[in-house]
Amino acid sequence: MTTQGVIGELKKIVGADNVLTQKEDMVTYSYDAAVLDPVVPSAAVMPENSEQLGQIVKLCSDNKLPITVRGAGTNLSGGTIPSSRASIVLLTGKLNKILEINEADMYAVVQPGVVTATLAAAVEKKGLFYPPDPGSQAVSTIGGNVAENAGGLRGLKYGVTKDYVMGVSFFDSMGEHVKSGSRTVKCATGYNLTGLMVGSEGTLGVLDEIILKLIPLPKARKSMVAVYKTIEQASETVAAIISSRIVPATLELLDNFTIRAVEAYSHAGLPIDAGALLLIEVDGHPAQVAEDGLKVEELCKTFGAVDVKVATNDSERDKIWAARRSALSALAKLKPTLVLEDATVPRSKIPAMVKALQEIAVKYKIEIGTFGHAGDGNLHPTILTDKRNKEEWHRVELAIEEIFDRALALGGTLSGEHGTGLAKAPFLAKETGLSSIIFSRRLRKALDPHGILNPGKITG
Amino acid sequence: MVKMKELANRLKELEDQLVICIKCGMCQSVCPLFDRTRREADVARGKLALLDGLGKNLFTNPDGVNERLNRCLLCGSCAANCPSGVNVVEIFIKARAILAEFKGLSPAKKLIFQKMLSNPETFDKLTEWAGKFQNIFTKKDKNAQGTSCARVVSPLFGDRHFLPMSDKPFHSSKPYTKNSSNISEESTSKTTSIPSFTTSSIINTNAGKSGLKVAFFTGCIIDKIFPHIGQDVIDVFEFHGVGLYIPTGQGCCGIPALASGDMKSFEKLVEYHIKLFNEEKFDYLVTACATCTSTIKKLWSSIYKGNASRTREKIKELSHKTLDINQFLVNKVRLLSNDASFEDNAIVKNNAVFKDNGKSKSIETVTYHDPCHLKKSLGVFKEPRILIKASGNKLVEMEGCDKCCGMGGSFNLYHYDISSEIGQIKSKNIADTNCSTVATGCPACMVQISDMLAKNNLDIKVCHPIELYAKTLRNKQLS
Ligand SMILES: Cc1cc2nc3c(=O)[nH]c(=O)nc-3n(C[C@H](O)[C@H](O)[C@H](O)COP(=O)(O)OP(=O)(O)OC[C@H]3O[C@@H](n4cnc5c(N)ncnc54)[C@H](O)[C@@H]3O)c2cc1C
Ligand code: SF4
Ligand code: SF4
Ligand code: SF4
Repeated sequence: MTTQGVIGELKKIVGADNVLTQKEDMVTYSYDAAVLDPVVPSAAVMPENSEQLGQIVKLCSDNKLPITVRGAGTNLSGGTIPSSRASIVLLTGKLNKILEINEADMYAVVQPGVVTATLAAAVEKKGLFYPPDPGSQAVSTIGGNVAENAGGLRGLKYGVTKDYVMGVSFFDSMGEHVKSGSRTVKCATGYNLTGLMVGSEGTLGVLDEIILKLIPLPKARKSMVAVYKTIEQASETVAAIISSRIVPATLELLDNFTIRAVEAYSHAGLPIDAGALLLIEVDGHPAQVAEDGLKVEELCKTFGAVDVKVATNDSERDKIWAARRSALSALAKLKPTLVLEDATVPRSKIPAMVKALQEIAVKYKIEIGTFGHAGDGNLHPTILTDKRNKEEWHRVELAIEEIFDRALALGGTLSGEHGTGLAKAPFLAKETGLSSIIFSRRLRKALDPHGILNPGKITG
Repeated sequence: MVKMKELANRLKELEDQLVICIKCGMCQSVCPLFDRTRREADVARGKLALLDGLGKNLFTNPDGVNERLNRCLLCGSCAANCPSGVNVVEIFIKARAILAEFKGLSPAKKLIFQKMLSNPETFDKLTEWAGKFQNIFTKKDKNAQGTSCARVVSPLFGDRHFLPMSDKPFHSSKPYTKNSSNISEESTSKTTSIPSFTTSSIINTNAGKSGLKVAFFTGCIIDKIFPHIGQDVIDVFEFHGVGLYIPTGQGCCGIPALASGDMKSFEKLVEYHIKLFNEEKFDYLVTACATCTSTIKKLWSSIYKGNASRTREKIKELSHKTLDINQFLVNKVRLLSNDASFEDNAIVKNNAVFKDNGKSKSIETVTYHDPCHLKKSLGVFKEPRILIKASGNKLVEMEGCDKCCGMGGSFNLYHYDISSEIGQIKSKNIADTNCSTVATGCPACMVQISDMLAKNNLDIKVCHPIELYAKTLRNKQLS
C-alpha cells in the first residue's frame, strides 16, 4: 500500500479527526526537547484505546511503515524525532487512563500516556507513593518514562523508573500483543521482557499497559540547605554522608554559576559568593528522620559548610526546593540555547567530575552551569550557548564529547537518565564496546526484521 | 513564493524572541487547549515552531499557520509557566498582526474593528441599539446568572446563554454619587468630593480622606453588560474618600483588535485613550476588568509602535500607574475599619465587626476564579481574595482555581465547542465547592462562567469581588 493508502486505513481505525497529515501539523511533530535537527513525518495518529493502538501497529507492520511513538516529546536525546519523511508518529496523548490503583497490593496499572505527576498525585491521595520524579514530571508520560528509564531527584534512595516497573504489555513489530511481568511482587516466568522494554525507547515494541509498583508514603521528612566556600567541600560531604550509611531521599548540588543564575532570577536570598550549595532531604519514620537529620547536619559542618539551614516548616521546605526547581529556568534565561547533559559517574567520583567540568569550561571557553543529583553521581552540566553562533556551537560539540570521555574515564556512563536516542548513539561504542552494539542490532533485527520501530535510535 | 519570502522576512523580527524557546514542552502542563485536544499545534511549543518554520520559508502559504495561531486563548498560562521566559503572548500578538497585514483583514473584521471598535461613539450607539433589541430575540431564562438563550437560530450563537446587554450602558447612565461623608460615619470631613457632571466626564470628584484620586477605565464589558459594577466602583471609592475621574467617550482597550491582528485599530484606540486620560491629573488608573488592566499595563507599551507625539512616553507613565481594582483597594486604601494590616487576622476582625453589628446574616459562601489576565499576566491573586473576605464572606477554594475558564475573547466566538469544554470543567469545579456565589476579577470570565453555569442549570450567582464589597458597605451604612 502507498503511504496515502495507509493514511486512509488509519482514518478508518481511529476516525479522521485523529489522523493529522497537514504540513503544519507535521512540523509540530518533527522535534523534541533535544537540540537536534528536526525531521518531518508524513502523518501523526492518535489512538483512543488499546485496540486501535494494536491495529495501527499491525497496519504499519504490514506496510513496513516506520513508527515513532511520542508521549510528551520532552526527551532530551532525540528519541521522538521521526526517522524520515516516510514514517508516522504515534501519539499516546489520548491513551491517558489510570486503569487501576490497588491499595491492598500496592500497584497501579496505567496506559502509557498518563502524565507522571497526575499518577503521583492520584496515588498520594491514597497514602501511597510513586517516587520517580523527573524534572519534567508535570508533562512527561509514564510510557516515555519507561521507554527512557527516567530518573529524578529521588534516585539515590528510591531508585529510578526501572525499579518500579512490575510488568508491561506491548505490541511488537508484527502487531502481536505481548505480555510480561505480573501484578505480584515476585514473578519468575519467562524472560524478563519487562526489563528489556525499560529504556528501549520505542525500538522493541509499543507499550500498551504498564504495571507500576507503589510504596507507602514516608511519614516524615526534613530538608536542609548547606552552604560551602568550595564545591570540593560540598562533594566531599556527599561522599561522607553516603559512607556513614545514611541514604537521603535527595541530595542535590548547585555550583556557583547556577547559584548566581538562580539568585539573579528569583531573588531568593541565596549566598552568591558560595562555591556550592547542597540541598538535602531525609525521609522515613519520624524518629529516624530526626536522627538522620542531625547526623547529616553535623557531617555538613565537619566537612566545611559555613552555614546549615534546616527547614522548620513546609513553607521553609518549599523555599529550599524552589531554588533547585528554578535552576534550569534560571540558566535557560541566560542564553538562547541550552544543552542539558547527564553524564554520570560513580558517586565517589563526583569531586573529580566536578573538577573535569570546570576544566572543560575553561578549555573550550564556554559557560557551563552544573547542578544535579550529586547523591547518585548524576550531575547535569548545562551548557549555555546560541546555536546560531556556528563557531561557538562547534566548541560546544567538542566540549560535550570531552564530557563523555572524562565521565567514561571515571568509570561512568554517557547518560544517567536522558537516554541514548539519536544524540548519544554515535558515542555508545565508547561506553559499551562494539560487540554490545552488534548484539543489540541482532536482537533488533530478530524482533523487528523490517526495522519499523523507531529506526535510527540507540543502535544507530 | 516571492510574497512568502517577504513574509518570512517580516517574521525575522520575531526571531530573537523565538529562539528563547528551548522546546522543553513544559507548556503542555498548563495550556487549557492542549489539555482538551492533546495536539502539539495547540500548545505554545508547537505554535512557536510553526512561526519559526514560517520564518524559515517552510510553507507555501501562511493559511495553515495562521489558522493554528488563532486557535489560542491568549491566556498566557504558557508564558507564566515557561522556564525559559518566552514572552509567548506578545510573540503571538505580533505574529497575528504580521499575518493579518499580509493577508488582509476579513471584511467582517474590518467592519467590526476599523469601523466600530476603533470609534467609540459608533460602537456605543450600535451596542446600545443591540442591547435594546436583543430581548426581543432572546427569551429570558429565570436563573441566578440572569442569562438568556439565543432565540434566533444562528450557527454562531448555537445554544449559548447570553448575558443580556444592559439596556442602559454605564456610560449613558447617570451614576449616583453624593458626598461620601454621608455614606461613612468614619470618614472625616476632609472629603470634598463634589459630583460634577460635565460634558467630558461621567464623574469627576476630588481626592477625599484617602488623599488619592483615581481615573477609572470602564472597559466594554462592564459598560455594556455589567454597568452596575460601574456604580459599585463609584460607591466604594466614595466610601473610602477616593477621588474619581471617569471621562466619557471611553472605548475598548484594544485587545479584540490586537487578537485579530488589527494593529491599525489598536494603535488608534491607544492614542485616543492616552489623549483622553491626559485631560486630568490622577494618581492611579484603575480598571475592574482583568483583561483591560493587563492590556493597558503590558500590551500597550510592548506592542504600540506608532509615533504620535510623546505617546510612547505617556503609555509608559500610564502603565506604571495602572492597577487592578482589587489590588488598588487592598494595597492603597484601608479596607473597612481602619485596620492597617490586611492579613487574614485583620479580616477575621472585620468579620467580627459584622457579627457585632448583627449584619452577618448575609454571609455567603464564595469561591473565586483567578482570571488568567490577573494571576498569570499580572501576578494578582491574593488581593481579590482579601477583598472577598473583607466583605464578610466565607471563601472556599475550588480545584484548579487558576485554570482558564475558556473564554479567551474571540476564541469563544470561533471555537465555541472547545471553549465550552474548557468552561464545563470550570463549572464543575465551581459547583463542587457548594458555594452560593462565584466571584472573579474579569467581566469576560463572568460572561463565560455565567453561560456555563446556566447551561448546567446551576443556581450559583456570578459576580465581581467589588460587588460583594459594595454590598457589604451598603449594609454597613444601613446599620
Ligand atoms: C525540563 C526537563 C527536565 C527533565 N528532567 C528529567 C529528569 O530529571 N530525569 C529524567 O530522567 N529525564 C528528564 N527529562 C527528560 C524527559 O522528560 C524524560 O526522558 C521523559 O521520560 C520523557 O517522557 P515523554 O513522555 O516526554 O517521552 P517522549 O519524549 O515522548 O518519548 C521518549 C521516548 O519514549 C518512547 N516512547 C514514548 N511512549 C512510548 C510507548 N508507549 N511505547 C514505546 N515507546 C514509547 C519514544 O519513542 C521516545 O523514544 C527532562 C526533560 C525536560 C525537558
Ligand atoms: S515552556 Fe517555554 S521554552 Fe518550554 S516549550 Fe513551552 S514556550 Fe518553549
Ligand atoms: S496562550 Fe493559553 S491557549 Fe494559547 S498556547 Fe498559551 S496556554 Fe495555550
Ligand atoms: S476569559 Fe478570563 S480566564 Fe479566560 S482567558 Fe480571558 S482572562 Fe483568562
